[in-house]
Amino acid sequence: MDSSFFFGLSTMAYIGAMMIYITYVFFKKEQVGVVATTVTIFGFIAHTLAIIIRWKEFADLSGMGFIRSAPLTNLYESLTFFVWCLILGYLVIEFRFRNRSFGAFITPIAGLALAFIDLTGVSKEIQPLVPALKSNWLLAHVTMSFIAYAAFALSFSTGLMYLIMETEKKNEPAYIFWTLTFGIFAVLFVTMGIDFLTFQVKVRPEIFIHSYLFRTSFLNPAVVVKILSWALAGTTLFLAWRYGHILRTLLVKFSITPDMLDEITYKSIAVGFPIFTLGGLVFGAIWANKAWGVYWSWDPKETWSLITWFIYAFYLHGRMVRGWKGKKVAIVAVIGFTAVIFTYLGVNLLLSGLHAYGSR
Amino acid sequence: MRETKNKTFADKIWDSLASVKLAIIIFAVIALTSIVGTVLEQRAEPARNILILSKLFGESAAPVLYNIFDKLGFMNMYRSWWFTALLVIFSANLIICSLDRLPRIWKQIREPLNPMSEDQIRKFFITRENVLKGKPDDVRDFVKGALKTARFNYAETKEEQGYQFYAQKGGYSRLGVYLTHFSILVILIGAIIGIRFGFSGYLNLPEGAMSNVAISSADRETPLGFYVRCDNFDVEFYGKSDMPKEFRSWLTIIKDGREIVKKSIVVNDPLTYAGITFYQSSYGLVPGGLDRGIFIFNLVSRDGKGSTLNLRLGDTFHLPESDISGKIVDFSPALKFDEHGHTVTYANQMNNPAALIEFSESGIRKFSGWILKRHPETWQLPGGGRVEFIDYWGVEYTGLQVRRDPGVWIVYFGCIAMSAGLFIALFMSHRKIWVKLIENKNNTKVIIGATANKNRAAFERKIDRIVSMLSKKQAGGK
Repeated sequence: MDSSFFFGLSTMAYIGAMMIYITYVFFKKEQVGVVATTVTIFGFIAHTLAIIIRWKEFADLSGMGFIRSAPLTNLYESLTFFVWCLILGYLVIEFRFRNRSFGAFITPIAGLALAFIDLTGVSKEIQPLVPALKSNWLLAHVTMSFIAYAAFALSFSTGLMYLIMETEKKNEPAYIFWTLTFGIFAVLFVTMGIDFLTFQVKVRPEIFIHSYLFRTSFLNPAVVVKILSWALAGTTLFLAWRYGHILRTLLVKFSITPDMLDEITYKSIAVGFPIFTLGGLVFGAIWANKAWGVYWSWDPKETWSLITWFIYAFYLHGRMVRGWKGKKVAIVAVIGFTAVIFTYLGVNLLLSGLHAYGSR
Repeated sequence: MRETKNKTFADKIWDSLASVKLAIIIFAVIALTSIVGTVLEQRAEPARNILILSKLFGESAAPVLYNIFDKLGFMNMYRSWWFTALLVIFSANLIICSLDRLPRIWKQIREPLNPMSEDQIRKFFITRENVLKGKPDDVRDFVKGALKTARFNYAETKEEQGYQFYAQKGGYSRLGVYLTHFSILVILIGAIIGIRFGFSGYLNLPEGAMSNVAISSADRETPLGFYVRCDNFDVEFYGKSDMPKEFRSWLTIIKDGREIVKKSIVVNDPLTYAGITFYQSSYGLVPGGLDRGIFIFNLVSRDGKGSTLNLRLGDTFHLPESDISGKIVDFSPALKFDEHGHTVTYANQMNNPAALIEFSESGIRKFSGWILKRHPETWQLPGGGRVEFIDYWGVEYTGLQVRRDPGVWIVYFGCIAMSAGLFIALFMSHRKIWVKLIENKNNTKVIIGATANKNRAAFERKIDRIVSMLSKKQAGGK
């Protein structure tokens, strides 16, 4: 059996787990929760096997030895590794805090990442490495970056949950912030999903973004559809704002306390930040110096990882400012992860469409 | 905290430069302005950025916006005066906030612990109480053992009703934050040294050529102090594809007429000599020199004997033990056959070098054919023997990045120190514990008070382990 079989198995398990966790949140039946955890663990084991098998496949194919053949060299491999770290982090939290309701918030991130792979047609092939990627730094730099990204993803979920639980008034900025974030993410995923399903093209993500993205909605050649799409998006944001508090009543029913969420947010960032600093920024700089002779060149990828770093530094320092602990820093944690997404995907997919960047 | 009144103007400036608020404001400003520099291409031709701006804001607005952004220095923003100023404020904040807090922190680290009263101990964040059998004198050793196992270096005082033990550890972890702060300054100093005393340039060196200068970014020639020669350059491709697997230059360093170092370099494996590092960065064909290269063939006769030939376009060679001679009549750097069977040159790089050879016997044309470097099956001759295409040498140049950065080790040192500082700051804590033993009707009341400056939950679990260790020890001892 090859790695794709196990990857498929784990994808199905995670998407199944996502639905079971959401069911669990709504009906609060203990047995449902146990099934959700079991399915997640099953998916995680299949996923681990898949990564090991792919690693071996890659090593056999490239003949470069074990260390340099880490399956972390393209979008597909890195996204699946990100999901792996995320699920591992989630399982640790579930067992430590003995609370399953986080699953309903974290498994969707895993499910969406995997759905993104399948819908966008990101190439799953083992691709030969460009000379710049042939380095022992690849393994350390990429694994540590993604462990940090996964920790940041956790802090995003718990930060968002914290905001959901702690905002009561509809006119307070924190409430408006989280409902809008929620709404924008929902609109983006739905419109992108419609694009992918309508065009059914398998092209490189950069090309898709350039010539297909939002063509069914916001950039539709028909003016009526265009206006309608904007109106629908606006309505979605309004509905998110109008009915966002329902999520709060749902969360309150669980034994999740805002303090617990604040603690997990902080701990995830406290784990992610030094790993990101060392593995992402420092190892990245050393590797760049080895490959190109410059440890820092202010290219968009480097600059965006520095922006991300500053946002999390802002979070860590913000907690020390009087009156910032709580909602304000939770907003920073949520913004931090959107910067992570941009560092990881946006730089390669969006900025490369603007200029010739991306050859690295 | 200082008094708010009676503050001089200098005090106020000091306070605001030392504040965490300034830190987070500066983080936000650096992060936000940096975004612009990732959208606008830095140090690029104006036309490129006008194109980007017109994609984002429409064609009519683009030139106006370009002028505004250009005036504000956004076209080379990371080197602009205001971005430098932001970094200076950032550094000032780092230095002053650390200087402002260090004396207090130092006091907290050095401060010896004192025994506490029962009430004081009960007020700590973590408190535990337990009753053990036996008088304090009997329990004493268990407590000592437990504290030792928990790696606390305790002090002990005899009290009226028993004993008190107290200990602290990890005080120096309070310095982790400042280690991080100062190492950021070290990184910045290293970067400045690199910019001030370093050199950055490139060198396009044709095969066989040598140079004692590199070209700096301002198109100036900078002397190296020695010669570097490119002996050979070669690209290896993945299978039959045109995707480069590896490109390699064989370099020689020559000083005072002597060959000092020979090394082949690839991407990720540079050559350093006398502080100057040569990085493999690109390659290409020497302009106008395509037909002046040297074909290196290995001629293998029918009985397997080989001999190496160096030939130029138009040269003739003889096949051993025969009257057949070959003449190189044409060359292509990247040959392929189109659907009609015609030959096409499909790239202007040496992706698939090929030579057309015309063979004649006693002056009469016999047969001709292309031999390709990457396709050994074309080397075979109809009458047996082969012409192995080893290389077409002397037409490619290797693109070298040439750098000298005396600050790089300072930067690396700062980076490692910063990571260590972060680890200490986020995962280690200053922990204090007091254990009071009070005699209570032939039993001993054990009161534990403890505190940590962070990660209190983890410390609390540790205290619980100490408590259970005490009860277990006594159960085992009796």
